[in-house]
Amino acid sequence: MQSDVVIKADKLCLTFETNDGPVHALKDVDLTINKGEFVSFIGPSGCGKTTFLRVLADLETPTGGEVCVNGMTPREARRKRAYGFVFQAAGLYPWRTIAGNIKLPLEIMGIPKAEQKQLVAEVLDLVHLSGFENKFPWQLSGGMQQRASIARALSFHADILLMDEPFGALDEIVRDHLNEQLLELWAKTNKTIGFVTHSIPEAVYLSTKIVVMSPRPGRVTEVIESTLPRERPLDIRESPEFLELAHRVREGLRAGHADDA
Amino acid sequence: MCVRGFGRGMQTMRNLFPILTVTLVIFALWYAFAIVLNKNWAYDKATRGGYELSFSELVADTWSQKKPRLPTPSQVAAEIWKSTGTAAAKKWARTEGDPFGERISAVLGDKKSLLKHAWLTLSATMLGFIFGTGLGILLAVGIVHNRAMDNSVMPWVITSQTIPILALAPMIIVVLNAVGLSGLIPKAVISAYLSFFPVVVGMVKGLRSPDAMQLDQMWTWFASKSQIFWKLRLPASVPYLFTSLKIGVAASLVGAIVGELTISQDGGLGARMLQGNYYGTTLIIWAALIVAAALAAVLVSSVGLAERITKKRMGFVQ
Repeated sequence: MQSDVVIKADKLCLTFETNDGPVHALKDVDLTINKGEFVSFIGPSGCGKTTFLRVLADLETPTGGEVCVNGMTPREARRKRAYGFVFQAAGLYPWRTIAGNIKLPLEIMGIPKAEQKQLVAEVLDLVHLSGFENKFPWQLSGGMQQRASIARALSFHADILLMDEPFGALDEIVRDHLNEQLLELWAKTNKTIGFVTHSIPEAVYLSTKIVVMSPRPGRVTEVIESTLPRERPLDIRESPEFLELAHRVREGLRAGHADDA
Repeated sequence: MCVRGFGRGMQTMRNLFPILTVTLVIFALWYAFAIVLNKNWAYDKATRGGYELSFSELVADTWSQKKPRLPTPSQVAAEIWKSTGTAAAKKWARTEGDPFGERISAVLGDKKSLLKHAWLTLSATMLGFIFGTGLGILLAVGIVHNRAMDNSVMPWVITSQTIPILALAPMIIVVLNAVGLSGLIPKAVISAYLSFFPVVVGMVKGLRSPDAMQLDQMWTWFASKSQIFWKLRLPASVPYLFTSLKIGVAASLVGAIVGELTISQDGGLGARMLQGNYYGTTLIIWAALIVAAALAAVLVSSVGLAERITKKRMGFVQ
């Protein structure tokens, strides 16, 4: 099943040189992500979860170890447009309509106009924003804007979706709603998703695999395989199985902190 | 809609009141100063003529002198009318019998008319504004994209603005004359010299306004530098550009007038001010000043209008 591996990190290190000496953002991170998995990265600030995602996206360059994205280096993967990246803020351009914003990466990639139109309609439907194509971002709520930004990341059919705390700035009600929609989207598209979060319930609810990380130096302390079924209604969060998983994640986080002290 | 319209009307009234009050106070002060500044000449005349001046006679005299130190607003208004409307009517009457088109161009080309001078100033201003804006944008693009330019050009840009333009203007004209450029172009160059600066500063800020996340986003899409420029930096800089253009267009007008003070034989509002200075006719100076101020107001509000339309078209929140 070698071909199923989408992301592989081997002894990955990243050290930032600062005036106060080196900061080990990532140290000896080993991780394998298979095709179609939903992997959450959780841990306190400074644990390197965002940095790891940024390394995969070629936004940071590792200082040691190996990392493979779709069998390529991150730079190659970026050039081949192998992933879509969703940032914490929607970052839609105020001077473009929703359709115009989703079209932006397609224009940059030189996709023909007719195809652009079709791709935009397709992803808008996927995030339930059909009918909003001609609205400007300020006319949409925060949650809708973030959905539009997910649509933008999906528009060019990358196999991998990397999400850096995409719902961190939204309130809990909207967040629940978007989590549900994200699972539905994941089931439909069968993407491999890397998802950074601060929230234990969010990580447990969404993931097939939860990567618990701890800071100074940033490292993986535990990888928890979810026992939940792929089909997950919202009320699964009250099931004993869910609570048990959440408990394990919390224990993992605490263990990471104990090391630290 | 009805309620909103009414609310807006109230708002306008509320805004109008302070504006009117301030205007009235300015006018009252102006008339008062006219009395203070012109009274010596009135007394001189009275002494020489050997008669006494009552207060009301003094006021009447100070507000109607031929060459006052400070003319009153009504005198200035009369002067403006004399050198625009009346001048045009006279020219029109004098060219009786000529073809219509020729009469129109005779009226507009009348050297005695303030309209003609205003037109000369306006054309130098517009040309200079276009030069200055173009140069400003080009420099800003260079500064944002090239580290060497960022380090080397900006200090020169700032230095250029520390030199008094009045000292520089004659030299610019001499140099341009030497290479065979005269007339409108030298004035436009001086005007551009003043107006490019706010455009450079504003556009550098505007082109750099996209944040790290937006640039990261472009990076993940493997966008080229030129794509980042056309699709992100340039549209993001539009609000900054318009702010700069408002300052730039007013600076252009000042530049054109300074140019006309130097090349006064060609006419223009600056030349009129100089002429008024030579003959000691403050009325001419004030009339030219007021027309220049009105021109500036029209120019700045035109840019403001263009800004509103563009922003609305682009979808920026209004």
